[in-house]
Amino acid sequence: MRLELVPRASISPTLRAVAPVAAFVIAFLVAGLVIWILGRSPLAAFRVYMSDPLQDPWALQELVVKATPMALIAVGLSYCFRANLWNIGAEGQYVIGAICGGWLALATHGTEAGPWVLPAMLALGIVGGALYGLIPAFLKVRFGVSEILTSLMLVYVAQLALDYLARGPWRDPKGFNFPQSVTFDPSATLPPVFETGRVHYGATFALCAVLVTAFVLGYTLFGYRLRLTGDAPRAARFAGFSSKVTTLAVFAISGGLAGLAGITEVSGQIGQLQPTISPGYGFTAITVAFLGRLHPIGIMVASLVVALTFIGGESAQILLKLPLDLTTAFQGILLLCVLAADALVSYRLRFVARGVRA
Amino acid sequence: MTTYEAILLTIITASTPLLLAALGELVAERSGVLNLGVEGMMAMGAACSFGAAVAFDSSLLGVLCGILAGVLMAALFALVVLGFAANQVGSGLALTILGLGLSGLIGAPFVGSRRDPIALITIPGLSDLPGLGRIVFSQDPFVYGTLALTAMVAWFLTRSRPGLTLRSVGENHTSAHALGLPVLKTRLLAVLFGGACAGLAGSYLSLVYTRFWAPGMTAGRGWIALALVVFAAWRPGWALVGAYIFGAATVLQLHAQAAQMGVPSQLLSAAPYLATILALLLLSIRHARAVGAPGSLGVPFVPDR
Repeated sequence: MRLELVPRASISPTLRAVAPVAAFVIAFLVAGLVIWILGRSPLAAFRVYMSDPLQDPWALQELVVKATPMALIAVGLSYCFRANLWNIGAEGQYVIGAICGGWLALATHGTEAGPWVLPAMLALGIVGGALYGLIPAFLKVRFGVSEILTSLMLVYVAQLALDYLARGPWRDPKGFNFPQSVTFDPSATLPPVFETGRVHYGATFALCAVLVTAFVLGYTLFGYRLRLTGDAPRAARFAGFSSKVTTLAVFAISGGLAGLAGITEVSGQIGQLQPTISPGYGFTAITVAFLGRLHPIGIMVASLVVALTFIGGESAQILLKLPLDLTTAFQGILLLCVLAADALVSYRLRFVARGVRA
Repeated sequence: MTTYEAILLTIITASTPLLLAALGELVAERSGVLNLGVEGMMAMGAACSFGAAVAFDSSLLGVLCGILAGVLMAALFALVVLGFAANQVGSGLALTILGLGLSGLIGAPFVGSRRDPIALITIPGLSDLPGLGRIVFSQDPFVYGTLALTAMVAWFLTRSRPGLTLRSVGENHTSAHALGLPVLKTRLLAVLFGGACAGLAGSYLSLVYTRFWAPGMTAGRGWIALALVVFAAWRPGWALVGAYIFGAATVLQLHAQAAQMGVPSQLLSAAPYLATILALLLLSIRHARAVGAPGSLGVPFVPDR
């Protein structure tokens, strides 16, 4: 028997909407199988991963906190992916954003500098992330170097830079030799949205990014230009859209949003610089972007769903002694399923008996 | 053994896994499939081979399991990108994420175990030569095997009929299909070969290079192997040269760290990654466009009737 792909005559919108959900269910079943092989009950795991966090108000807030950086990064990445450009170094741009914004927080530490510090930190985070994202973009448009490899290599460089700073020059001298900076002043800390709880204003930034992106993609020439560059590069050239300008623009946008995610995480959530400030948000955001079908609203929903697996993973580690690597593996399976489901939206599978000529 | 001999020896052992993984990816890319999952396949190879070697107390079984793990990962990738014509860049990334997570699950029970070094093949007579004799003629079987594999891949791609088929499939899959060449079957075999090589490279890392397993021990080597393929302009001979240059850079960087030269260790650790970017940049400056890149690289193929 042979497998054959037959192009669909028309792409049904229902199928388009159902595909990511189906992919999630399949990925979930595969993960359940892995849990079963590891000798744990898949049903108990389901409860810990999916249902318990949704019933606990504390965990619901935590969900938003975890979803915030992923939504910010994934919305940025959707600009790149729509234009068929592969920025896979968002993790590095996130770290550089945290370093640039964090620098100001440390420089003004203890000086009572005033209310301008926080906005300036956020601006520095955006600029730093954008400039770092522009490196692979510039190498691509000027010298034709593949953006995939350079953006990824720069992740390692950024992580090592943060490691150096947090252990070396920026270490808190009174911190008992712990590799971490001083705790940021209140003027350099993003305040919480509600009186009680941990949701900080980063969540509102993510919401703004989602709404602005929905508008840009749906109603502006730039959004049209992105779609055209991705779907029909030749047509985009004939229309007079320079692919170089597009490349630089989308890398700057995605780098800037990743940088914003980095600095909001550090100033709203962690409160200081440490050698590690992310459980891989920059890479997980790739999964989030595709799970949300590269649409801002979809990405917002997807970021909450994936945040659930992070929180569930943490409690599963404690309650079921399931390692955190399971969450990583699940995210990999999920991305594979989402991409396969995406492809099956445009193609129909057909099984052909051996020897029969279709 | 003098210090210089020791450094040369470690350069050879550091280069071998890079070369192995790069050779496999080179063949896959020559058939037109870009598999960014090398890092994940390598991590799975390292974890599975080490686990099997400890569990069965046999390095040979370990290596076989490592290769099998790489092949299975590659088969999953092939199902998605060849069977369902899914996006290759995204699927490759997913494979890397999956491999890093899954290898952590598989390797966890074996953290802290150690393996004895495997036997070296010493060529009598030649290894007694003064100077480089002991370095060049007394190595583990993987080193010789990898060098032989490089020659075989070079011969296969340029001198054999299936190699010609593979290259035409990668250069222009529509024409190759029109000529009646089996595009998807060729690509499947090439991807599986890439998986076997990456799995073997992972086995080498955990069974020979470090002789223990730790989470994330591949440390970006899979990505460097991917860069090596571009650097080598898709030619096996240049992959050999590139792998040894990168192996040397990695080892010298470690020695520089040990020598405490007043440079932050993180800067030296970043050197291989910066060197990769620099190498890709220099290569692109010298040639106007990516030289030797297969024409259909990364483009999904769906046969029409």
